[in-house]
Amino acid sequence: MKHLLLALTLLLPSAVALAIDTGKAFDDPVLQARYEKIISEVRCLKCQNQTIKDSNAFLAGDLRREIRRMLQEGKSDAEIFDFLVVRYGEFALYKPRMSGKTLVLWIAPLLFIGIGGLIVFRVIRGRMAMPLDDEDEIAVG
Amino acid sequence: MIAEIGHFALILALSLAICQGVLPLLGAHRNDQSLMAVARPAALGQFVFVIVAFACLSWSFLNSDFSVKYVADHSQLALPAIYKFSAVWGAHEGSLLLWIVILSAWTIAVSRYSQELPEAFGARVIGVLGLLSCGFLLFTLLTSNPFERLIPAPLDGADLNPLLQDPGLAIHPPILYIGYVGFSVAFAFAIAAMLSGHLDQAWARWTRPWTTWSWLFLTVGIALGSWWAYYELGWGGWWFWDPVENASFMPWLAGTALIHSLAVTEKRGLFKSWTLLLAITAFSLSLLGTFLVRSGILISVHAFATDPARGLFILTFLGIVIGGALALYAWRAPALDSAAGFRPLSRETFLLLNNVLLVIATTLVLAGTLAPLLIEVLDAGKISVGPPWFEVAFAIPMIPLLFLVGLGMHTAWRTQALQPLLRQLKVPAVIALLVGGLLPGLVYGRFGVLVTVGAIAAFWVMSVALIQPIRSLRRAKGTPGITRAAFGMSVAHFGVGLFTLGVTIVSAFTVEADLSLSPGQKVEVAGYEFELRSLKNLQGPNYQALEGEIDISKDGVFIGQLRPQKRTYLVQQSPMTEAGIMASWNRDLFVALGDPLGNDAWSVRLQYKPMIRLIWLGALVMALGGIIAASDRRYRVNATARQKAAVPSGEPA
Amino acid sequence: MLRYLAPIIVFAIMIPVFLIGLNRDPTELPSPYIGKTGPQFELPRLLDAQQTVGSADYAGNIALINVWATWCVGCRQEHGFLLKLAAKNDLSIYGINWRDRREDAVSWLDQLGNPYVASGFDADGRVGIDWGVYGAPETFLIDADGTVLYKHISPLNQAVWDEEFVPRIQAARGESR
Repeated sequence: MKHLLLALTLLLPSAVALAIDTGKAFDDPVLQARYEKIISEVRCLKCQNQTIKDSNAFLAGDLRREIRRMLQEGKSDAEIFDFLVVRYGEFALYKPRMSGKTLVLWIAPLLFIGIGGLIVFRVIRGRMAMPLDDEDEIAVG
Repeated sequence: MIAEIGHFALILALSLAICQGVLPLLGAHRNDQSLMAVARPAALGQFVFVIVAFACLSWSFLNSDFSVKYVADHSQLALPAIYKFSAVWGAHEGSLLLWIVILSAWTIAVSRYSQELPEAFGARVIGVLGLLSCGFLLFTLLTSNPFERLIPAPLDGADLNPLLQDPGLAIHPPILYIGYVGFSVAFAFAIAAMLSGHLDQAWARWTRPWTTWSWLFLTVGIALGSWWAYYELGWGGWWFWDPVENASFMPWLAGTALIHSLAVTEKRGLFKSWTLLLAITAFSLSLLGTFLVRSGILISVHAFATDPARGLFILTFLGIVIGGALALYAWRAPALDSAAGFRPLSRETFLLLNNVLLVIATTLVLAGTLAPLLIEVLDAGKISVGPPWFEVAFAIPMIPLLFLVGLGMHTAWRTQALQPLLRQLKVPAVIALLVGGLLPGLVYGRFGVLVTVGAIAAFWVMSVALIQPIRSLRRAKGTPGITRAAFGMSVAHFGVGLFTLGVTIVSAFTVEADLSLSPGQKVEVAGYEFELRSLKNLQGPNYQALEGEIDISKDGVFIGQLRPQKRTYLVQQSPMTEAGIMASWNRDLFVALGDPLGNDAWSVRLQYKPMIRLIWLGALVMALGGIIAASDRRYRVNATARQKAAVPSGEPA
Repeated sequence: MLRYLAPIIVFAIMIPVFLIGLNRDPTELPSPYIGKTGPQFELPRLLDAQQTVGSADYAGNIALINVWATWCVGCRQEHGFLLKLAAKNDLSIYGINWRDRREDAVSWLDQLGNPYVASGFDADGRVGIDWGVYGAPETFLIDADGTVLYKHISPLNQAVWDEEFVPRIQAARGESR
């Protein structure tokens, strides 16, 4: 199965070449900025870990086209991401959306800082109580 | 015939590795001199045969022996000779052989430069390295033999992956592996200490240079990979938080923590069990990285095409090595802690903070890399975790860490008075706030919170790093100058500042445009004018290319021409983009060809990337600092050999 | 003591995760439509552009939707099996010709045989995206009420049919009785 998928991948235009749209997508800089941000967060589902911004696979081009259409129709970022998730699942987004299972992931940084702070506090408090020995230390710069 | 010699050499190497692994450890346990003495000769023998095997594989490539399956799969008659050689490590089997060669080379180095170590300890270190070699040699011989034959041999090979036909990518794996694999030495030192039950300050002093050398090679290796991805993959990015990139970055983060933790253990005999754990962790992350890349368990452009059977072998090996080490740790570590103290404002505290923040960063990267796998295994769906999450998560421990970098160097051990420290930091603080605060707006025309924080942090780190070298320059005649170790640390920290500045500026001020150009057409991006002069076809050694000539001017003055190419490699028929890059100390101009749009027009991606070179320059400066520090006199063999009699083989902890 | 045991405990937990992960294919993307109503669509017919084919056509019956293209090697491989399936006349196979050239697709069916009740011509891939298609061939099993029962990625063959499709078809038919 894996070999077949590999063979299929080889038939599509190589993911190594760039994904370049023809001309600026939007005159409105706000829309353009939103477009560029969105396509840098959507996964090219066919490729080996690339955004649809950087991939030259035709699926990536198709998805970029759909996103441009939705932006022009006035859809919000959330609606665009929803569109993709309904069809391809959460896998399509490089920024995991907040949900039960990803909550841990998003909380993790601050949680670890908290735990780390606690550890530092306890170590220092413990060491404060200990004597500062005056062993000769090995000379160092 | 040569391939069979190579194969046989590997088998001989394995038998020697078994001797090297088992006998000295047995000898150390029983205090048997003759068994312990097997270590160095066995290591040397293994090295000889491993080199023979590597030479045989290289010969097969350079002579295009397509009856060797690995050569037929990854080479081609028309492949330039330099890439025929680098193709040796271009895929799974050969790169594994490279691992083995480098592991053996590190073992020889330890063998050679460890006269000062007590005999039993040295035997244990070499023994552990021997067991690791056994594992890799077994893996190679049983599942990944590069010398397998392909009969009948094809007339021409399948060509090396065009992505790998590049000088940067040719040396990236060897340098990276020297770093990666080098952490096995610190690991072996840790295991040896745990086996003997003793760990003292001398142990930390022995371990430190080995760790620093591995670390600096890993720094350069990662930087090379990033630089290569930038100019070769053609999208102008330099880091993607791809699982394989993370696999090399995590050992680096743990290794950096280890270097700093070793300092505390060496000077004050503290953090012993913690240092042990870090030494185990750094190499474990190296092994984990090897597993992730070669098992097919994660999706990545870097992943070797391989199968789950190999993954199972590596996983088993991982389980034994890491599980064994952590079991030893659970057994021995509790006895190690000592009762020396330090006050809240002290060098120990800063190094503690360094460690905690780096470990948080490592854990976060690990979590992000493995989260998709965990969620899938739990049948809770399939998610992706990419740069949007990593960038936020990584910044959270890193920004505080940046502001702490280098402060430890100016803080005394045990306790430091606040005022003298603040006095030293006044000038750097002013420089950082002024230059860092104003630079983004004045030079690039825009202010912003993140970019200001980044710029201030960068200049803060750089100024703090310069305090000691400058003081040394201005010292009174006759007073001792800065030691190499301290100078190396200053240089390395300065490198961190350079790196941070590069990342901050390029992230905030990159300008990117996808446009359509026809010959003769001119377009303006970020104050530079780009004109497509012509497009022509040309022939390379094993590819055909379309080359564009793009003239670049600034304010009407011609400054240079770039020649981006769109290549089609003849055998694999895969298209590849070679970007045209005009580099300068303060900016890169980046041009890449896309697709034909009809009517002679082509889509083109133009990028202006300010200060991007600082990223890799910063990494190189970090590595340079490492070299300087590791060559400090007190690590040299001669100096410590004199102390050999005086240093006890290990005090009870 | 816990702080010394913690590392090995954490590591021990990671091992089974890796073990299970080894046997999974990370590139395989399950369809979010499983158990839900498949997307509605209407496409011009491949062989007769004046007519359309779409979800309205198979409503009320269990059906297969097969996404195919002439540039897809796997589609070629499974084509023989699809013809066999169609000959048995057990359930209807609808095709979505994805991102292809009409002339190529028509002559392909001409030369190799046509297992489809009808094929929709999805030139720009819009319907493919609606179905969450990311690579041909893909085959969807749709229940009579439009629920997507299963999605198979990669070529169909007898083994896959027997293992994955037949049980689900039987279950679906059993329920509707």
